[in-house]
Amino acid sequence: MSSATIHDHGHDHHHETFLTKYIFSQDHKMIGKQFLVTAVFMAFVAMMMSVLFRLQLAWPDEQFEIVKFFLGEKWAPEGVMDRNMYLALVTIHGTIMVFFVLTGGLSGTFSNLLIPLQIGARDMASGLLNMLSYWFFALSSIIMISSLFLEGGPASGGWTVYPPLSALPQAMPGSGAGMTFWLVSMSLFIVSSLLGGLNYIVTILNLRTKGMSMTRLPLTIWAFLVTAILGVLSFPVLFSAALLLIMDRSFGTAFYLSDIFINGEVLNATGGSPILYQHLFWFLGHPEVYIIMLPALGITSEIIATNSRKPIFGYKAMVGSILAIGFLSFIVWGHHMFVTGMNPFLGSVFVVTTLLIAIPSAVKAFNYITTLWKGQIVYTPGMLFSIALVSSFVTGGVTGIILADSTLDINVHDTYFVVGHFHIVMGMSAILGMLAGVYHWFPKMFGRMLNTKLGYAHFWFTFVCAYGVFFPMHYLGLAGAPRRYYQSSEFAMFDGVMDLNVIITVFAIIGSLAQLIFLYNFIYSIFRGQVATQNPWKSNTLEWTTTVKHVHGNWDGPLPEVHRWAYDYSNPDWDEDFVPQTTPMKEGEVAH
Amino acid sequence: MSKILVLAVVVLVIIAIAQLSKMYELSRKVAKKREEDISLASNKLNAKLMLVYMVAFYAFFIYLTVAYGEHMLPVAASEHGAKVDTLMDLNLVFVSAVFFLMNTLLFVFASKYYKREGQKAKFQPHDNRLELIWTVIPSIVLFAIIISGLVVWNDITDAPKEDAIVIEIYSKQFDWTARYGGDNNQLGNASVNFISATNPLGVISSEVLVDKKAEMNAEIEAIESDLENKVFSDANEAALKTKLSNLKAQRARVAGFKYSDEELALGYDDKLVKAEFHIPVGRQVHFQFRSQDVIHSAYMPHFRAQMNTVPGMTTVFNITPTITTDSMRTITGNKDFNYVLMCNKICGSAHYNMKMDIIVESEEDYNKWLADQKTFAKAYGLEEKAKDLAVNNK
Repeated sequence: MSSATIHDHGHDHHHETFLTKYIFSQDHKMIGKQFLVTAVFMAFVAMMMSVLFRLQLAWPDEQFEIVKFFLGEKWAPEGVMDRNMYLALVTIHGTIMVFFVLTGGLSGTFSNLLIPLQIGARDMASGLLNMLSYWFFALSSIIMISSLFLEGGPASGGWTVYPPLSALPQAMPGSGAGMTFWLVSMSLFIVSSLLGGLNYIVTILNLRTKGMSMTRLPLTIWAFLVTAILGVLSFPVLFSAALLLIMDRSFGTAFYLSDIFINGEVLNATGGSPILYQHLFWFLGHPEVYIIMLPALGITSEIIATNSRKPIFGYKAMVGSILAIGFLSFIVWGHHMFVTGMNPFLGSVFVVTTLLIAIPSAVKAFNYITTLWKGQIVYTPGMLFSIALVSSFVTGGVTGIILADSTLDINVHDTYFVVGHFHIVMGMSAILGMLAGVYHWFPKMFGRMLNTKLGYAHFWFTFVCAYGVFFPMHYLGLAGAPRRYYQSSEFAMFDGVMDLNVIITVFAIIGSLAQLIFLYNFIYSIFRGQVATQNPWKSNTLEWTTTVKHVHGNWDGPLPEVHRWAYDYSNPDWDEDFVPQTTPMKEGEVAH
Repeated sequence: MSKILVLAVVVLVIIAIAQLSKMYELSRKVAKKREEDISLASNKLNAKLMLVYMVAFYAFFIYLTVAYGEHMLPVAASEHGAKVDTLMDLNLVFVSAVFFLMNTLLFVFASKYYKREGQKAKFQPHDNRLELIWTVIPSIVLFAIIISGLVVWNDITDAPKEDAIVIEIYSKQFDWTARYGGDNNQLGNASVNFISATNPLGVISSEVLVDKKAEMNAEIEAIESDLENKVFSDANEAALKTKLSNLKAQRARVAGFKYSDEELALGYDDKLVKAEFHIPVGRQVHFQFRSQDVIHSAYMPHFRAQMNTVPGMTTVFNITPTITTDSMRTITGNKDFNYVLMCNKICGSAHYNMKMDIIVESEEDYNKWLADQKTFAKAYGLEEKAKDLAVNNK
């Protein structure tokens, strides 16, 4: 194409170098890809960690060459994992998965890729902030990973890093430099998340193309919008929690410390409260669960509608439940603290608000299932992952009813019952949603198709192993087994359920190996996959009206105009089973 | 050697996948098949696999329940625990029912409605009646769950009875200490500022106050004179100065502790025990929890009891044991069975073996056991006080 014709299109096609195109890109599609590739890397690191500590849990005191290979003689003498390293791995696994993969990775990838494409905008409101958002994310990832190589090991007080444990270097080796790295990394992460979130909100509210009213937005965009609002409102609170912790650690304040005697001496700290930290942490921590879940649910809504060839059932109810979940998520944080000595009446209030969340969640689950009813399901890999998500959302969700009940929580709090619950309801669900999104929008991201057969193999191994890993954990929890135990040798009462740990670990190993299928497919297809067509899934949304090859500004010509909602699948007024949003209404056609 | 083997296997697996997919790729090219064209056979296969998956998943559920059901916690050994268990059973039945219902609908629909050539899906954007039903019904059920839970919650968190036995559970990295209120069933005041080898929980009596002040004064004087008369490296001098200022701050804090004589006398008869503690069956126990260093959690699963122990504050939990250790040994058929207190909040490297045994026995046996335990007065070396207490006891 000559420069003259490009000029005719009126876009800003200035000359791009490798550096501005691939590294310091301000194009939302490229930034989305950067987030994705970083998140895939981080996910493999975190997954490898889980395999290592699963080996320890299934066969404590056994010697493993592979453990020594990864951890070295210092942290795994004779191939047996050091108990401090066990806590460190559990901590960093949680931190990476929750924040770097399922917050940064999930929102970063799909909000970036899809918001401008699905609302019909040339790019994000601010390309620069968007680029900064990625680079803060990259920097915080690097710092988190580098903390693994510190002398005293990385932070190891659990991903929630409760003080005083995390505030006192005397309390455990990981609370030294490792904890400092953790706090610095997380602070940068929060900056990244805020830059991204503000950008998403502004873009969605201001840059919608002609005809794209809020009630015509695809559910993905609704989910990204509410997610971004939750992040912008709650991450600053985590930031202040981190800041106060930094002060306590390094500048002699006592926000979280009081009456402590450790290592043979009394600390000069009075009047602080460790519980204050927990309130601040969970004020983010609980909305965080939905910051993770909503984008996955949004992605699922889109994929299930497209591949059932049916409108998503109850669009308005779906939007309403996203909003309700978003609102309620801010007033439930206390359910993480029923056994901290909280005022019992306050506990009761949190029981009520928490259980209310079950209502919009149930509505969503029912709507997904009804969307499948009398559909014409096309089993793309993305569809398989989406259906699996609905199952795990339900299975993990129902045990939440037990944990939300303060009375029942007393005895299962901090046991494997909780580990099973949240790994299924948000870990497994969100990962399934993320993978569904990758399979579905890979052609949009890379202009090539992922291999479908490998996708099937990846899916079935993953789905079998995921429940295989997390479902038995409920039984460990009901037997009273606490989480974060290096081994249970001190407690004979758990001997009867220790076999479960072997079952879990075997599934974890197979499931992890199965991810290599994905990794291979992902890398191979980026370079050598079948070249994609413009609208491979016969979808209605605007991103499929752009050319396969990326152009800066998304549409070569003028921006598309929207005439209908995104879910006109199998509309009896039309012969085709899909009607893109850009198709004008027929005469006499009634909008939904 | 095994390292190389593992590596070789991984490499081989990757090569195998690569080769297979290359073959597949070639065959696809020949057939000119596109990745997004899902054949009827593929659709049908995945749809049927959904059903197979559901059956396998349910079988796994049933297998786990049958095979491991007997290893779950035995019957609750406390009054409120029995209520918790009833509620838990009801809830488990309810959530299992929802689990089966929803998953069955999902997997059955997924297996039934795969795409057939030439057919169109049902166009059904919404159905207000249906949506109302599945909003209202869960709301009513949840209301019932909330109310039934809160009734028991109120009960559990109620104030202790007058005659409840007061026991302090004290945590530190990495063990537990139990402190009994003694003859007066009242705990003496305590603070981390008074912890010493003979006073591990920092119980405060008039002697402790005097001793501690004297000890700190002596230490402060010694450091001051050292700083004046000896030569230190910069680092050592700074460390000494920090220590000095901390000691002075502690001295100021201690000077602020004002207690009446009565309050100072409360702790003499307290009894500290480690490794195991005893409680009588049928009497309410009012636990008070304190922590010395980081947050721990006192988890007593057999009594359905758990409470965090938090430095700087006191937390509480009441239980009334209903089954003695001996009876529970008969019930479980395990002659080595013991009730345990374990730590359930990550607290450092030895978190996993922070344990104390709990013995539930008849009130008579309990009184006998308690009489044999050393009083704080005795442990602290206050022979006269200890003798007085022993005389009063008789």
